Amino acid sequence: MTYIVHGATGDFEIVVGLEIHAQVSSNSKLFSGSATAFGADPNTQVSLVDAAMPGMLPTINAECVRQAVRTGLAIGAVINKRSVFDRKNYFYADLPQGYQISQFKDPIVGPGVVTLDMGDGVTKDIGVERIHLEQDAGKSMHDQHPQYTYVDLNRSGVALMEIVSDPDIRTPEEAAAYVTKVRSILRYIGSCDGNMDQGSMRADVNVSVRRAGEPYGTRCEIKNLNSIKFVRQSIEVEARRQVDLIEDGGTVVQETRLFDPVKGETRSLRSKEDAQDYRYFPDPDLLPLEFDDAFIEAARATLPELPDAKRTRFVEELGLSDYTAGVLVAEKAQADFYEVLLDALVTASKKDMASVASKAANWLTGDLYGALNKAGKSIADTPVSAGQGAELLALIEDGTISGRIAKEVFEVMFETGKGAGVVVEEKGLKQVSDTGEIEAIIDGIIEANPNQLAQYRGGKDKLIGFFVGQVMKATGGKANPGVVNKLLKPKLDA
Amino acid sequence: MTDLTKLKIAEARDMLANGDITARELTKAHIAAVDGFDALNAYIAKTPEIALKQADAADARIKAGTATGMTGIPIGVKDLYCTKGVHTQACSHILDGFKPEYESTVTQNLWDDGAVMLGKLNMDEFAMGSSNETSFYGPVKNPWRKGEIDTVPGGSSGGSVSSVAGFAAMGATASDTGGSIRQPASFTGTFGFKPTYGRCSRYGMVAFASSLDQAGPITRSVRDGAIMMQSMAGFDPKDTTSVDIAVPDFEAALTGDIRGMKIGIPKEYHMDGMPEEIEALWQKGIAWLKDAGAEIVNISLPHTKYALPTYYIVAPAEASSNLGRYDGVKYGLRETVQGGSLPDMYEATRAAGFGEEVKRRIMIGTYVLSAGYYDAYYLKAQKVRQLIANDFKAAFEKVDAILTPTAPSAAFAFGEKSDDPLAMYLNDVFTVPASLAGLPGSSVPAGLDKDGLPLGLQVLGKAWDEETVFKVSAVLEEAAGFIAEPKIWWR
Repeated sequence: MTYIVHGATGDFEIVVGLEIHAQVSSNSKLFSGSATAFGADPNTQVSLVDAAMPGMLPTINAECVRQAVRTGLAIGAVINKRSVFDRKNYFYADLPQGYQISQFKDPIVGPGVVTLDMGDGVTKDIGVERIHLEQDAGKSMHDQHPQYTYVDLNRSGVALMEIVSDPDIRTPEEAAAYVTKVRSILRYIGSCDGNMDQGSMRADVNVSVRRAGEPYGTRCEIKNLNSIKFVRQSIEVEARRQVDLIEDGGTVVQETRLFDPVKGETRSLRSKEDAQDYRYFPDPDLLPLEFDDAFIEAARATLPELPDAKRTRFVEELGLSDYTAGVLVAEKAQADFYEVLLDALVTASKKDMASVASKAANWLTGDLYGALNKAGKSIADTPVSAGQGAELLALIEDGTISGRIAKEVFEVMFETGKGAGVVVEEKGLKQVSDTGEIEAIIDGIIEANPNQLAQYRGGKDKLIGFFVGQVMKATGGKANPGVVNKLLKPKLDA
Repeated sequence: MTDLTKLKIAEARDMLANGDITARELTKAHIAAVDGFDALNAYIAKTPEIALKQADAADARIKAGTATGMTGIPIGVKDLYCTKGVHTQACSHILDGFKPEYESTVTQNLWDDGAVMLGKLNMDEFAMGSSNETSFYGPVKNPWRKGEIDTVPGGSSGGSVSSVAGFAAMGATASDTGGSIRQPASFTGTFGFKPTYGRCSRYGMVAFASSLDQAGPITRSVRDGAIMMQSMAGFDPKDTTSVDIAVPDFEAALTGDIRGMKIGIPKEYHMDGMPEEIEALWQKGIAWLKDAGAEIVNISLPHTKYALPTYYIVAPAEASSNLGRYDGVKYGLRETVQGGSLPDMYEATRAAGFGEEVKRRIMIGTYVLSAGYYDAYYLKAQKVRQLIANDFKAAFEKVDAILTPTAPSAAFAFGEKSDDPLAMYLNDVFTVPASLAGLPGSSVPAGLDKDGLPLGLQVLGKAWDEETVFKVSAVLEEAAGFIAEPKIWWR
């Protein structure tokens, strides 16, 4: 797939690499025991170490190391059993130490791969150059007082994984798919909650343009993008800007830029000339980080089934279409919901898993997603649980209700949160399979429609549909369609 | 009754145990000595209330039979150690008014053992200096004078050595980055001991150069040093560079028996222009150890001449980063500029808060870590540091300990070297190599020069073999019979 920026003098293609900053899901910070909960009051989650009090020393949090290793394993990456923490030195009010502890030359995770599904069975591998661990800074608040800037150190020292891709991305869609896929993997393994709106995941995008066949152009880095939409938009806007600049005879300058989603433009933040000299050097307060194979294997043993493997299993073992399987596994929460739903359905219906897998998938991706979308809700806050969904589907399977009634029942369930059985009972929607009762209705309808009967008997076979419809109407849709068909035909043909 | 301030720790320990004296009496005598010591400017904060409280607790503990070697012993604390609620500024203006909410591990260990805090001791600003002339609180005087001329006590632990030499503390905590325990001990006729890097926790010690800083005691005898070291040492999970290995019984190592032990004499420590009496003292030391049954082995530490330049790259590099946190934002001094920006505040605060020597080292450190210079300076220095460590490793395959002079001169007069940084840096020429290698070392008072000023000999040992350093030091101490005391001129 290619993405072409059409210029006046010809076509340009884009080259993109991403740095994703993912906050490690851990109860405490990378080098201190402070809590990391989102939304706490300012400066309530700050230890002496986080505030860089004199004489305080960092001590590594093993859980953060474990999560970085698990993340590396999840993308099939090289795990470096020896890595080094470096200091990145600069001054800022929300950086209490005067340096950020990061990993520069020797990161904990080496090269790996993230495979993107670009639709229609097309995949693309994006190389991940490295993942390293680093501390987050605090937050400067400039809007609290007309003269002063306030500093909140709650985030100071929180563990981040910086996931650095190779410049393998060629379209804004690939960039979006990459961020989506990385977020999905992080959520599957639980090493980051992936909540971009809360700042626990954000991306820096490196963009350059070139005419086909030319070497890489000069790149610009767009910092701190906090949604996948902005990732896509900022690349489009920045690529256009660079092409226009080049065609106007200008040169792209390597610099850091900010994306303004309101104006739909990127703005220069600082150029390479203004770039700080961070004076990286190994942090003498921390010994090199070393662990053994047993640590890696213990981390590997805690990895769940990852999305690509799950998708393959859904297709091969459950007979789902590749597309449906792809939709289901894209988000861990959805895949989890589906598997609980399917297990409960198998239990409730006593049917073979493969025979109900597609039905469960179709209900989930059709009825439930449709309703959730309409209500602006996510799977996390669905009013209909997987267990309730299974109950509903089991009622179709055992003939208690028809598929059409099921949709009606579902709507009530979605609104009220009540169970399927309860709704069916309350609304009297139970399917009528009593042959005597249905037979009496059929007799009445045949008698009331002599013209249609004559036409049917005169050879218009298709009119059977009319009679079925009348029966269903008379029973409020509750008649078991199988029973209706079985009884109706002999009577019409008689 | 004897002057309680003249007691050694070991003597006081026995008298306390026997009920001959109380910790309160001992402490009160020292509080008075501290008050009479103002002329030397060794104490920059006095804590008599804390001292008396701790003394009473110590007396109760002695009565209960749970005393340790340090219980009831009045000591001074170098201002670099964080002491909860008490002045802690590493003698810098930039930490103006700073009183930590926490206690350093080393001092906590001492208080847990029942030691008594007399106050905080003067030092070179952020431990950067070899004469205690860089302190924001002014220079410390050496109790030892050259005739009527005041001399420097050495540095950076100038307050520590001055107070111990002048009987205003029985012992003092100090810290050694490139010689800040051993060189001032040599200048004041005290015993100074720097353990292996990682033996003491650095938690709560204001950092100068993290890969070199190490805590240690100043005392008036080798045995006292062993007793105090016992209390200070130990693994601390709060410092990942402290090492989790058992702390041996240092006092038990003082057997006096060094027969058959091999003592290395490094040829590179014969320095051009070194006063003859230092060379002569060294030869005396060699003879003493030989007489005690040790075998003298000539060794070579070929990279010694690179140690000082290596140190003056590594230490300032780390310092330039460690001191980044003093920015006026969170604690200590803040200088604002009317209508100024954040960088303006940084500049004004750091310009006013740091002294000349600290600024010099921040600039050197910033330079050697800069893009384009990192490989040529910092990286190369790290490689040379490894070579220096390898020198020692090879030497210690042949010998058990190394004997050298501690410093290339005796104490000098104020202002004599403070305008010439290079001359000042040369003070550490014999102490820096072992610091770079992280090895334990001591300075033992061994004699007086022609002006009647003390001179020390340095004993170096293998990593984690502090016991041998103590043992050899004690033999030297015994042989030297150093009993000279400074003339008390300050009260």
